[in-house]
Amino acid sequence: MAAILAVTEQRQGALRKVSLEVVTAARTVADGLGATVDALVLGSGNVEGTAALGGHGANRVLTASHDGFGLYNPDGYAATIASIGANYAAIVFAASAMGRDLAPRVAAKLGQSLATDVTALSVEGGKLVVTRPVYAGKVLQKLVLSGSTAIVSVRPNTFAADGSKGLTAEAVAVTVPEFTQRVTVKEIKAPEQAVLDVTEANIVVSGGRGLKEPGNFKLLEDLAAALGSAAVGASRAVVDAGWREHGAQVGQTGKTVAPSLYFAVGISGAIQHLAGMRTSKVIVAINKDKDAPIFKVADYGIVGDLFEVLPRLTDEIRKLKAE
Amino acid sequence: MKIAVCLKRVPDTTAKIVVGGDGKSIDEAGVKFVPNPYDEYALEAAIALKEKAGAGETVVISVGGDSSQETIRTALAMGIDRGVLIQGAGSADGLEVAKALAAEIGAGGYDLVLFGKLAVDDYNHQVGVMVGELLGLPVISAVSALTVENGAVSAEREIEGGVEVLSCSLPAVVTADKGINTPRLPSLKGIMAAKKKPLESKPTTIGAGGLTLAGLSLPAERQAGRIVGEGPDAVPALVQLLRNEAKVI
Repeated sequence: MAAILAVTEQRQGALRKVSLEVVTAARTVADGLGATVDALVLGSGNVEGTAALGGHGANRVLTASHDGFGLYNPDGYAATIASIGANYAAIVFAASAMGRDLAPRVAAKLGQSLATDVTALSVEGGKLVVTRPVYAGKVLQKLVLSGSTAIVSVRPNTFAADGSKGLTAEAVAVTVPEFTQRVTVKEIKAPEQAVLDVTEANIVVSGGRGLKEPGNFKLLEDLAAALGSAAVGASRAVVDAGWREHGAQVGQTGKTVAPSLYFAVGISGAIQHLAGMRTSKVIVAINKDKDAPIFKVADYGIVGDLFEVLPRLTDEIRKLKAE
Repeated sequence: MKIAVCLKRVPDTTAKIVVGGDGKSIDEAGVKFVPNPYDEYALEAAIALKEKAGAGETVVISVGGDSSQETIRTALAMGIDRGVLIQGAGSADGLEVAKALAAEIGAGGYDLVLFGKLAVDDYNHQVGVMVGELLGLPVISAVSALTVENGAVSAEREIEGGVEVLSCSLPAVVTADKGINTPRLPSLKGIMAAKKKPLESKPTTIGAGGLTLAGLSLPAERQAGRIVGEGPDAVPALVQLLRNEAKVI
């Protein structure tokens, strides 16, 4: 029976949330092909959270444990996946920082094609068919994968984790093959305070030039804190001006986000910004210019001075959360 | 130090993209093409590393049609020494492009091979890493800080909620993210000099690979929603809508 490999991710011995999305996507492919799902966990020692993999559709949980696998090990992870990869009809990664680095390594080792950052997938005539945004989402590309092992990475926050599958996954150990470690991850530097990445947050609060100066991003941080599990994003203009870290930039030369709720505050809506956030489920725009292009894509808009609107909004959200 | 930089010609990020009549390509009429922005970071890194070393050679390599010569000239105007055009139609399959580049780069004896982390047209985000794997070289991707000293590479890359610190030795492949540097603009002198720099064309055939392009389409236009109101007094209504209608808070 054909099988699909879902490559999960762990950080500091705990499974990352995106792993459940990967398994959910792999389950969709498996159902289309009449295949089973193997979820692969690469780590050093016990990884917390793997009990949820069966519920999300994994028939088996494969564990590849190695002393050098605590942190991401590009060469070791790639060698391990490549050693078993040819047995699978498809391999599913997350288009996360790790998956974006790891999937092309595996694809090159196996000599198989890779479709990255997929936002929809289906099985048609026994082949995997994917949709992926190109030109930063201005255009959708539909691809048919015809190799013996179809390799894809799925965009985070796009395949909602579905824990209703009710499978009890069988645990299987995988042997880590000999590998040449060419690249070493020495450490992960955490920011001074934990920052939620804009690509993974459920809510993104982004600011642009309308905030007038870097210090005013405090208003957005307050709103994000009031909302909970929200990340602060930024337009290209303010990142180029050095107000915010480039990792927070939403748009064609920054990140593409798809949260449930996106606030564009003091952002006019340049085409390259819209490209990065247009797949958000709900968009709210706050801008003093009623003709700003951002209102053409926003579900809800407030025309007004953000310095008056934001504090009130933060207040109202706090009240709501306190209820 | 001998450094290669791979460069792609792409539509300007400000361009409006229209799907062509064949449904499989974009309509290039009126579209301005530029060097891929992430590749500009790679070009700048190469030029700066050679300047710091005081010796060496920088080579820009591009896969594309004749029009890519202009893009290569831009890189030469920034300060790259010479150009190679691997002349052929690209492919939707990044692995096929990677094979063509690996064949050229593998024979070049490079100490460092630089890429942008992705091209802003196809967003494939894979070719640089694949070239490294095909050549059996260490690869560090999406690098936002890079140091090359005494044959060793140390680099940082952004990951969700932190920064990964990595190291490897030369020869190596590195793909550049925003933040690594600020690319220089070509000077007038550089533009004049670029006209005389060598640019070699090598016709090649790029395989179709294992991905078939079924078509391009435009995403559904978002419907403009409604203006809830003006000023802070509109906030309670907005919050109610987000809560009760959109159900997102």
